[in-house]
Amino acid sequence: MAQANSSPNHLSLSRVLGPAHVWALGVGIVLVGEYTGWNFSADKGGALAALIICWVVGLLYTSVAMIDSEVTSTVAAAGGQYAQAKHIVGPLMAFNVALYLVFAYTMLEVSNAIVVADTIKAYAGEGFTDWHYRGVIATIILVLATLNYRGVLMTLNVNLVITAFAYLAIIVLFFSVQPWSQGEVLKLGQMITPENALPYGWLGVIAGFHWGIWYYLGIEGTTQAAEEVRSPSRSLPYGTMAGMITLLIGASLTWYVCASLMPWQYLGFTYFPLLDAGKLTGSKTLEMLMFAATVLAATASANGCINDAARAWFSLGRDRYIPSWFSAVHPKYRTPYRSILFLVPIALAFAFTANLGQAITFSILSGVLHYTFMSLNIIMFRNKWPLGSIRRGYTHPFHPLPAIVLFILCVVTFFAIFLGYGAQLTAMVVFYIIMSLWFHFYRYQYVKRGAQFTMPWPKPKGY
Amino acid sequence: MWMTIANIGWVLSVIVGAWMLYDWYSTDSKYSEAELTSSREGEIEAMTETHKI
Repeated sequence: MAQANSSPNHLSLSRVLGPAHVWALGVGIVLVGEYTGWNFSADKGGALAALIICWVVGLLYTSVAMIDSEVTSTVAAAGGQYAQAKHIVGPLMAFNVALYLVFAYTMLEVSNAIVVADTIKAYAGEGFTDWHYRGVIATIILVLATLNYRGVLMTLNVNLVITAFAYLAIIVLFFSVQPWSQGEVLKLGQMITPENALPYGWLGVIAGFHWGIWYYLGIEGTTQAAEEVRSPSRSLPYGTMAGMITLLIGASLTWYVCASLMPWQYLGFTYFPLLDAGKLTGSKTLEMLMFAATVLAATASANGCINDAARAWFSLGRDRYIPSWFSAVHPKYRTPYRSILFLVPIALAFAFTANLGQAITFSILSGVLHYTFMSLNIIMFRNKWPLGSIRRGYTHPFHPLPAIVLFILCVVTFFAIFLGYGAQLTAMVVFYIIMSLWFHFYRYQYVKRGAQFTMPWPKPKGY
Repeated sequence: MWMTIANIGWVLSVIVGAWMLYDWYSTDSKYSEAELTSSREGEIEAMTETHKI
């Protein structure tokens, strides 16, 4: 299969993936957010705020999925939104988008490795020292990097299996607590009362957006597989939209079970809401199921993040935005092996030194910067290449409404991040400005300017 | 049990890390830089899309 993809002297990534792999990549990255992360929004605004955010942020991500599906079904290249930005906006935007992607996924990978180690530590008891804790982190990062190194098909087959397991665990938990019979196991009416539903009012709801992003953070990662799917114009929209539907259902079920079993003060504090929900049912089997699912969900997410961060870095190298050394493809495994290897020590360094809150915040912030770009990108895309001027695998409805909704919700989320992590927000923006200056005044001289625009499109309208 | 698993994890990490470094070195030794970095964006488009509406 790999040989069919390239001529003897011309290497390319393997085109071996189908819609199920796209689903496994997107949902695999995101699903850990149901197992930990989303619940901190309850700490900011109460349990009802977590539900409101679940659906409003769901709207943000539905817009992301629709917009992404349209653009990427046309710009089918590794690097996803980076390649989109390059063709539609320009090189400087593309460089920044690629940095957002690499940061978002690498920090998410770091967070996932920490989550696995924390989950195991919670069960290991006495004697589980820092050495063991770091051993778990190293295992997750290095073993998954090896899996990614050896081929994308096996990597995403593994993700498909463990993501399906983690998702089914949520379904099993939901039906095990008899959701049709409130008061037996679930006690939503006692947990959420008119007095404690929104303890900090609507400001608390807005503040909770910061963590609510974790319900769906990473679904846009499906586009990184664009160059490795057999039929990008079909597989990417199907896989992404199916993933979004899956996540909306999963997020709602998760909230319902967790908010019905624990008070909002605890829900907003715990690191393992679904695992705690399993414990609170009193069933050892359910507890063990949720323990395994928490570990597997974080593993699947780390696996997908390594895949996506490496593709974004690889694409930057291919266009010489960074040294072209990073654009090497492994002649046997057809993977961007140097990019995969390069990101391993970076992930290890952050995982050994950063705390979970900081790593997640860096990931969320890079993600939201990236979504803000997407809202502007689709407007430019439709203006430059109107419907009918180029072939689209998918055309999203109600344009420009999704772009406007996306932009407004991104602004709200920035405000929420500013409320909780203003220093990190400022530091990251300064970082991106410095990197932009470096790219503009130094690095761009090495870029082959004509060669970077590869899509055989007609000239944009007005040019 | 978890301590044993974590220790095995360290050993496994060292083995797979060393294997990746070895494979990286041997791959870079066997193939030319031009060949390894010959991937080009847009090949799918060139092969499958004609953009005739």
